[in-house]
Amino acid sequence: MISLNRSNCVIIVTFIALLALPPVLASIGESYYISIVTKILIYALVGVSLDLIIGQAGLVSFGHAAFFGMGAYVCGVLSHHGSNGLLVFYLFPGTSNALLTWPIAVIVCMLLGLLVGIISLRTAGVYFIMITLALAQMVYFLIISIPQYGGEDGLGLYGRNELAGVDLNDDTQFYYVCLLCLVFYLAGSIKLTRSSLGLIIKAAKFNQQRLVALGISPFKYQLLIFVFSAAGAGLAGALMANLTQYVSPDYLHWNLSGKFLIIVILGGIGSLFGGFYGALILLGLEEVLSSYTDHWHFVVGVILIIMVLTSRQGFYASITGKKT
Amino acid sequence: MILLLEQLFNGLQLGVTLFLLASGLTLVFGIMGLINLSHGSLYMVGAYITATVTQYSGSFFIGLCAAIVTAAILGVIIEYLIMRHLYHRDHLYQVLATFGLILFFNESVQMIWGSQPLYINIPPSLDFTVKLFGQAGYPAYRLAIIALGIFILLILYLFIFYSKIGMLTRAGSSNREMVQALGVNINKLYTGIFAFGAVLSALAGGLAGPIYAVEIGMGESVLILAFVVIVIGGIGSIKGSFISALVIGIVDTLGRAYLPQFFKTFMSASDGAAVGGSLASIAIYLLMAVILVFKPKGLFTRL
Amino acid sequence: MKMRASQAMMLEVRHLSVCYGLSQILEDVALSVNKADIVTLLGRNGMGKTTTLKTIMGLARSHRGEIIFDNQRIDQLPSWKIAQMGIGYVPEGRQIFPNLTVRENLIATCRSELGQSWHEQEIYSLFPRLAERKHNMGAQLSGGEQQMLAIGRALMTNPKLLILDEATEGLAPLLRQEIWRCLEKLKSLNQSILIVDKNINDLLNIADLHFIIEKGQIVWQGDSDQLKKSKTVINKHLAI
Ligand SMILES: Nc1ncnc2c1ncn2[C@@H]1O[C@H](COP(=O)(O)OP(=O)(O)OP(=O)(O)O)[C@@H](O)[C@H]1O
Ligand SMILES: [Mg+2]
Repeated sequence: MISLNRSNCVIIVTFIALLALPPVLASIGESYYISIVTKILIYALVGVSLDLIIGQAGLVSFGHAAFFGMGAYVCGVLSHHGSNGLLVFYLFPGTSNALLTWPIAVIVCMLLGLLVGIISLRTAGVYFIMITLALAQMVYFLIISIPQYGGEDGLGLYGRNELAGVDLNDDTQFYYVCLLCLVFYLAGSIKLTRSSLGLIIKAAKFNQQRLVALGISPFKYQLLIFVFSAAGAGLAGALMANLTQYVSPDYLHWNLSGKFLIIVILGGIGSLFGGFYGALILLGLEEVLSSYTDHWHFVVGVILIIMVLTSRQGFYASITGKKT
Repeated sequence: MILLLEQLFNGLQLGVTLFLLASGLTLVFGIMGLINLSHGSLYMVGAYITATVTQYSGSFFIGLCAAIVTAAILGVIIEYLIMRHLYHRDHLYQVLATFGLILFFNESVQMIWGSQPLYINIPPSLDFTVKLFGQAGYPAYRLAIIALGIFILLILYLFIFYSKIGMLTRAGSSNREMVQALGVNINKLYTGIFAFGAVLSALAGGLAGPIYAVEIGMGESVLILAFVVIVIGGIGSIKGSFISALVIGIVDTLGRAYLPQFFKTFMSASDGAAVGGSLASIAIYLLMAVILVFKPKGLFTRL
Repeated sequence: MKMRASQAMMLEVRHLSVCYGLSQILEDVALSVNKADIVTLLGRNGMGKTTTLKTIMGLARSHRGEIIFDNQRIDQLPSWKIAQMGIGYVPEGRQIFPNLTVRENLIATCRSELGQSWHEQEIYSLFPRLAERKHNMGAQLSGGEQQMLAIGRALMTNPKLLILDEATEGLAPLLRQEIWRCLEKLKSLNQSILIVDKNINDLLNIADLHFIIEKGQIVWQGDSDQLKKSKTVINKHLAI
């Protein structure tokens, strides 16, 4: 049974609001906002995945845009070849079937996550930050060095992917698909953190030596959660490619990695659900500020600095009263 | 052969620029335990100030001096207002606050200078070529940067190992509480070191101005390169930074120059160029990954 | 002994209370050091000796009480200011700088005042072993050498009051003798010293005044003669 404490109430209310949002927006004639909220859901998915590493394992990954962007590019490139009929790397045909493009995007990101994880998880602290950043930068440069896929200009797509029984080109249906992805990923994350694996990872965060002394090497568990996290970000990337029907090097840019960190912080570290609220606040703030001034990044920067210096708890914590 | 030599020198020049950036970064991290993403912003500000003052005064030298003074002042202000509240905080918050600073600086520069890139001419007194080994000419300006970099390495070395402040700096990196308990105001020392790092960064930016375009965000990609440098060199080690900066500079430059040609020898011209180009753009990151597999803490440790 | 009343106070601690988190470590501690005196703070393990010294140095914060040094309150000052006012600190565990040479350890934080002052050469003549190892890194020294270096480093700040925390801990008897010899030399130079140590017998000969601390409270105070006579005090509070 789910107990009706404050944090569960907040989550349930949020979920119902998200379910009800499209018809409500349609009825007031503001359907334009659907795609903004879809974007929030997608960023929330990344937020949740990143919070798994930061909140559970205590490792600050500054390269999450690499997985997000890679997911977007894999999905984008497959769809691109699906429509132009050419072979991907002269090897295999493209496709625009979501049941292929999305899982492939996720799998590629998991492999990338495995690679990055193996290299970076040997370190911790500030080394981990810098190495994940550098490896993400490597992915960025690698992808923009391929002129066939648009180089620095990015790659436009001919419409969204196809999914049997659903019309992804319909914004409302696509919205619900994204919501479903987020819910499933969240459920998986929560299950993972409550498993014995989650406990080991949390223990490693506080006392790595003791675990090693007990004969448990946290490395493979951390690697597993890192790969799972990469999968979430990759799925989000594939969804993003569909949402915007365009894949851009910006999706791989380290600035975006920074934004993902902000989302996690705003939401509250270690809360998982916070990923959604973080994305909501950041993107909402961007939306509002950018309607007032071109220099809204300036305001975001200042807010960020002030937030860190005054060290507020995450948003999720402040509305649910839960300490994270 | 001559081309190779020229590319080697280009690599050295890039390496020296990276060293100027990385040394400040690594000092600040090694001593204060602070990871400072906005270090690259001072590189950018240094370049902009140099460009503008050079244009008004007509002297590149005055432009550089202005950049140095500005960076020193900015460094003191930033340290005082922001950084000193971050030393004892988790790295995550340091990353976020300094990321916020990047946004702040990028937008401020855009408000002041607009979004068009600026260009600085090579100072006339250095606008000639020097014959390397009696053969082809090499730009004197780049040689001057290399010489200056080596000079600064020497100064840094003397400063850190022979001055009293250098001793305190090293002492503080191993035990800051004890330094204070012996009567040294470590906050002042930290402000000084931070401002010093800012000056080196701005100097690097000013010097890079005549070679690369002066534009918003110019400090960021070079900052990430500097991270690669200090990760390889060992965080906190000046010697490590210098060696790895030169290695990175040379590997990157030579990779870009020769990898495409190399792949063209056994691939079609366009494929070879593509694969070689891709590989060149990630060569240093691969190098970093390989080194980290063997030495997870970098090549050198400690000051 | 007869002189003491007229002598000026170097350090006075009154009603000092210190907490680490929720646990109270010191409660209402009072002690004082007169000019040119050697004073000890004795007690078993974990009774709060180090905490008292750290609080005097500004490395731990009191939540009640006052610390007066050289006629000024110092309990709210940052530790570097306290040190600059003239307290030389030789911490528990030596804490010399491992990445500095012996010579650098001595001069990095040195300060000279007018009048009688310590210089590098005088430290070397006090501890000839340090002179031999002048260019070795701190990390390469033996425990005894590190201890001498820590004392030398504190003396180089030319303190009015020298504070030593367990300066003979873990040292071989011969080395311990060398430290005592040094303290006697300092005493002859009228150096005020506050010392925490477990070797009571050695201290009885050189110290003027003793304080015994138990569970964060001063439970006994008196001079060496009084302490020598009261075996019960030693047994009760100090025997291990
Ligand atoms: N940082 C700290 N946080 C919490 N408690 C502490 C801390 N440092 C010391 N204590 C506790 O304070 C008490 C006094 O410690 P202190 O180090 O002052 O004792 P001491 O008399 O110097 O002992 P020793 O002879 O072992 O050096 C001890 O019970 C110790 O467990
Ligand atoms: Mg003690």
